[in-house]
Amino acid sequence: MSHKQIVMAGTDARDLTKLAEYEAVGGYASLAKARALGAEAITNELMTSELRGRGGAFFPTGRKWSFVPSPEQNPNPHYLVINADESEPGSFKDNEIISRVPHRFIEGCLITAHAVLAKHVYVYIRGEYLEPYEILVAALEELKERPDLRGDVTIIVHRGAGAYICGEETALLDSLEGKRGQPRTKPPFPAVAGLYASPTVVNNVETIATVPAIIEMGGAEYAKLGVPNSRGTRLISVSGHVERGGNYEVEPGISLKDLIFAPELGGGVPGGRAIKAVIPGGSSTVILTGDELEVGYDFDSLLAKNTAMGSAGVIVLDDRVCMVQLGIRVSEFYEHESCGKCTPCREGTRWMTQILRKLEAGDASEHELDLLLSVCDRINGKCLCPLGDTAAMAIASYVEKFRDEFIAHLNGGGCPCGDHSPLDGVLAPVAQHIHNHASELVPA
Amino acid sequence: MGVALFEKIQEIRAIYPEGTQSALLPALRLAQEEYGWLSPDALREVADALDLTPAMCKSVASFYDQFNLEPVGEHLVEVCTNVSCALYGAQQVLEAFQDELGCRAGETTEDGKVTLRTIECLGGCGWGTIVAVDHAYRKGVKPGDAAAIVKELA
Repeated sequence: MSHKQIVMAGTDARDLTKLAEYEAVGGYASLAKARALGAEAITNELMTSELRGRGGAFFPTGRKWSFVPSPEQNPNPHYLVINADESEPGSFKDNEIISRVPHRFIEGCLITAHAVLAKHVYVYIRGEYLEPYEILVAALEELKERPDLRGDVTIIVHRGAGAYICGEETALLDSLEGKRGQPRTKPPFPAVAGLYASPTVVNNVETIATVPAIIEMGGAEYAKLGVPNSRGTRLISVSGHVERGGNYEVEPGISLKDLIFAPELGGGVPGGRAIKAVIPGGSSTVILTGDELEVGYDFDSLLAKNTAMGSAGVIVLDDRVCMVQLGIRVSEFYEHESCGKCTPCREGTRWMTQILRKLEAGDASEHELDLLLSVCDRINGKCLCPLGDTAAMAIASYVEKFRDEFIAHLNGGGCPCGDHSPLDGVLAPVAQHIHNHASELVPA
Repeated sequence: MGVALFEKIQEIRAIYPEGTQSALLPALRLAQEEYGWLSPDALREVADALDLTPAMCKSVASFYDQFNLEPVGEHLVEVCTNVSCALYGAQQVLEAFQDELGCRAGETTEDGKVTLRTIECLGGCGWGTIVAVDHAYRKGVKPGDAAAIVKELA
């Protein structure tokens, strides 16, 4: 199978981190074309392309841009903020995009800034991404000598400092304002009152890195790729029990099975083991069983299975993995990353972890499985942002689809997988904190 | 007060619109690079440089995992133990570092050289196990690699 490359095009043959190399393959030509087109025409082209946000929420990009008020309606400066806080377990595509095609990403920023009338672009990159940060800064340094490309737009790279929640756009804006990164009440949405209470467009790295190609080929041509509601290409992060972990750019609509088994993609499962389950779109998504892999990897097909493409992080789990242990590890992550603003999420994620730990240890009684589902239900839909919702839905899906295994933990007095599961006894940051401070917290 | 730090913070402050505290995260990072951790004195320096209160600076710093509100070692070894890395054997990698360093995750070696800790998903899931050594990612780390990495830091 050959796969159409748009975002990563040209990276096999050249080092596109260098401005000269990027220009040699036609880089920054779309910027010139876009400036000639004008703001409204660019936005229309994006609407025609049917591009949807690649951060996970799938919001139509052109429509998002069209919400920005005109300077007559709102005289405040407009801001473009790029969400490069990629922290979803299973996703590592933006890392590779910034590291390998920084100029394509920058070109996308400049085109988008032109479309949404922004003179300032803030790239909020997660603090842990040191190498991509340095590559991006070096690329911007090259642009300093090129006022013809920069125009009157300033791009500022702002580093986060370690908080998953800052991937939520309003939490990101608070963090960018120098505050604790906690989600805001919506409305108002960022397009109306975002950064510094001004009209703001927040887009994901991959979304922005796709913009130059859409301007180059035209929205209508781009919309021919992929399948309805999932147009173009996507960078899909494949990890876990596969031979070839990595990011693969493919057209949505390809089957999940092909993604995992095609020799040029995932390359199959090591040792030829059976697949027990697949997390299809980052750890925030509903799990699929090994029997559900024939599904198309696109928005509609996954929605029909009650799950989502999310940020396109596919995690493959072979038949040794204990689903209760998976639940513990995933729940511990959300417990650690809950910002604490909304009580159901702050308390609920902790409850989920505790009940799952009791199940794993064989100390749980039957009503506690119902209690776990009840806790999930009491988080879902009751918070300002989706962190708690997705944690609850993911954990509930493990129980629903692997109920027999959970029951076996109840009836068998603990984990039937023994220490064969690769997730046995994994130390999460939240547990590390507890074991080091246990003596301080509990009076002797 | 460190004059150099104060000046550097003013440079950063000038990047952002006046009247905002957007320079706080970068300033905290600078102070931490200077002193290794954000001591009460370091927080006061940041506060003074940005016309904020130390309490505001600490309330923000305490939200983010990368800011150290307690002293740490000269070097930082962070093992990702999120799902994908764990499937590649991150726990075994962590245990190898514990053995080599003679301290548990979350602790610093007795000589104050190295702090070892686990960390949530570092965004290198297909290349696990990811270990960040002084913030630079090492990809595909196996338990057998721990000894050589620890030796580099000696």
